[in-house]
Amino acid sequence: MEVWQYINSHWVTIGSWTMDHLWLILVSNSFAVFIGVSLGIFISGKGREEVADTVLYLAGIMMTIPSLALFGLLMPLLSALNLPSLGFLPAVIALILYGQLPILRNTYTAIREVDPAMIEAGRGMGMTSRQILLKIKLPLAVPVIMAGLRNAVVINIGIATIAVFIGARGLGVPIFRGLRTSRTDMIITGAVFVSVLALLVDGLLALAERKFTPEGLKK
Amino acid sequence: MIKLENVKKVYPDGTEAVKGITFEINEGELCVLLGPSGCGKTTTMKMINRLIPITEGHIYIDGTDNREMDENELRREMGYAIQEIGLFPHMTVRENIATVPTLKNWSDDEKEERARNLLNLMGMDPDEFIDKYPTELSGGQRQRVGVARSLGADPPIMLMDEPFGAIDPITRDRLQDEFLKIQNEIQKTIVFVTHDINEAIKMGDKVALLKEGELIQYSQPAELLAAPKNRFVRDFVGSDRTLKSLRLMKVDEAMKESPRVVKEDQDLESVGQIMREEGVNYLIVVENGNKLKGWINREDVEEAGQGRVADAMVRDTEAAETGTSLANALTVMLERDVANLPVVDGDNNLKGLLTFNDLQSLIGETYTESGGKHPEVSK
Amino acid sequence: MRRRIVLVILLSIFIGVTIWITEMGSLKYMEPKTYTDIGRQAWNHLKMVGIAELLAIGVGVPLGIFVTRPGMKKFATPIVGTANVGQTIPSLAVIAIMAPILGYGFNSAIIALFVYSLLPVLRNSYAGINDIDPAIIESAKGMGMSRTQIALRIELPLARPVIMAGIRTSTVICVGTATLAVLVGGEGLGKIILTGLYTQIPLLIVQGAAPTAALAVILDTLLGGFEAAMTPRGLKKG
Repeated sequence: MEVWQYINSHWVTIGSWTMDHLWLILVSNSFAVFIGVSLGIFISGKGREEVADTVLYLAGIMMTIPSLALFGLLMPLLSALNLPSLGFLPAVIALILYGQLPILRNTYTAIREVDPAMIEAGRGMGMTSRQILLKIKLPLAVPVIMAGLRNAVVINIGIATIAVFIGARGLGVPIFRGLRTSRTDMIITGAVFVSVLALLVDGLLALAERKFTPEGLKK
Repeated sequence: MIKLENVKKVYPDGTEAVKGITFEINEGELCVLLGPSGCGKTTTMKMINRLIPITEGHIYIDGTDNREMDENELRREMGYAIQEIGLFPHMTVRENIATVPTLKNWSDDEKEERARNLLNLMGMDPDEFIDKYPTELSGGQRQRVGVARSLGADPPIMLMDEPFGAIDPITRDRLQDEFLKIQNEIQKTIVFVTHDINEAIKMGDKVALLKEGELIQYSQPAELLAAPKNRFVRDFVGSDRTLKSLRLMKVDEAMKESPRVVKEDQDLESVGQIMREEGVNYLIVVENGNKLKGWINREDVEEAGQGRVADAMVRDTEAAETGTSLANALTVMLERDVANLPVVDGDNNLKGLLTFNDLQSLIGETYTESGGKHPEVSK
Repeated sequence: MRRRIVLVILLSIFIGVTIWITEMGSLKYMEPKTYTDIGRQAWNHLKMVGIAELLAIGVGVPLGIFVTRPGMKKFATPIVGTANVGQTIPSLAVIAIMAPILGYGFNSAIIALFVYSLLPVLRNSYAGINDIDPAIIESAKGMGMSRTQIALRIELPLARPVIMAGIRTSTVICVGTATLAVLVGGEGLGKIILTGLYTQIPLLIVQGAAPTAALAVILDTLLGGFEAAMTPRGLKKG
């Protein structure tokens, strides 16, 4: 019941934490999609198999590094570059990095796995490589890329909670403060809100994924 | 229309896939590239639209060296259909068929009209199919759409790589028939790759038989069967090549034209006399000018002795329509145990008579290795 | 080969940085942690991850397989569904909610870790068996294999790589979550990072972060090798 009281009296603050959280996700994942899809297209090119392997491996290692450790490693790096090492910027950078693997890998795999017969047909009809990429490969890859984006966003909602340790604002704030001051109402409020947020966004993106699937590919 | 001049393909690893091939495909002809796998038939075809670069030699399209043309422009002037079909699953039938028209910036109305016309040509109802996606089609329908797509921008030339290879034999047979009808109308210059000798004989105006990158024989299918150039051709064509050539020839080519006929009201005595004079045991009965009514044989005439033809004739008679293959006619003769088969046109007008003796001597001819000839072989 | 090089370079950086900071005289107003401190926390970290992961395997694998058995399928949807939803929930939220329920301390930290690690193991165990081509099971039945024989000779070997992949994912997540478990009374390398964060000494943070990263990468590589070794030869690609 304390939780209820807490939410009741702090809904404006909770709302602003939620907005901060979403803003962080929106900014970082926009960059992540842009970078991940471009890089994914690049490494899926002919004769880049070795580059692709290395890039994907690096992105895979990236994912295994605990977020708290990555934040810690980013701080001195950013201050060495005279950039703010606390707050929004390091959080966005870390989230972009964590968002890479799912988007990059899915883009790469989806493009590589387009049925060769289709590419052959496209080439045989006189499509340029660019037209084959834009009219065949990418449209066919969209649902898979969307699934990667959804995965990335869900992961990042979780990591954005932890970004509160390096001074980013979001729904991690009440959890962190609650843990330090043993305020159960704050902990539960933060945990419940961020969980519901993650589930909601996941559900919405699942719908978007369906919507973005070209009609002929739906089962 | 398409001229290959000493065309070679050598891969970087030194493999010689095509070893200097020269031949010419005339406008409106369907030329089959035939041979076992690895003979270079697909490579040869793909050098025509430069999906595979030519190592040496020239390919002229209407007199222009294809290497002097922009490769994408070149490909847009040639329809392309492959065994795997490669329909784009994210596009409707309409969008698939309009692929090349879209590349050529046709207007939406033109594309729509073209797609509908092609679906009609393929025997598919445009209203039913134009908005469907490939996953909603059966195998045969996909194959048809694939062929329609390769005809999209009405290219003068079509390249087809085993276009009916991935479907069941019955559907394949039907699609081949349909496609031959369509080709009769559209008269494209077609390069058709297959490893199936039966398909080659059925579809081809000319057949180019390849082996290990070399052109072994280039001739009309009938000649390929009747006069195989060497042992390889003979083996590839198969020991049942006589039967194959019967499949290829039409009753029109083997029948006696305007055979002797009698009418229903003729009296039997005069008919018996005709039979003795002509030295035949069998006469066709016609009525109303030249309509087939039945037949009458010597035994029946002699048994009846007197009366009219109508009293002794057999009315319920088997007949072959013009255009029927000799193989089918032979089947009918064997099944019905008859030695004579009247040939009629679509309106039951008598056109000729096919006899078992004629068939036998034809088979005998093709069995003699050197000299088998039949009316259509010119060279 | 390239992968090996990348791996060696990364690990050298992480370990080199750790050594470099440890060898420093002082960090602002604090002493850097000693090798003993780092070793002890690394051990604690491994202990928490190890216990939680073993528990997760012990519960997750049998439970995941159990719900694929005929007659048990009705439990599959709620159990696997919960596991899927659970994975969507951020790790910090799970750890934080466990704190008021279980209290602070090493054991509750382990339980929190266990709950979160359970989900990928459970899900993959289920999927590994459930996704086997029914035609394979059918043909095994047709050849007269008993249910137990099918389970032991067909289903388990085929599902093994998928289950192993789940264990690997779970372990990697667990190493990360264990840095947070410090907040509810756990021990481990996370403690050094948090001390650095509270005292605002970046190098102290790195002194905890670099070995944590190294630990995660090493564990992932080892489990990756194990996963490959556990995959039946016929299922390997290329």
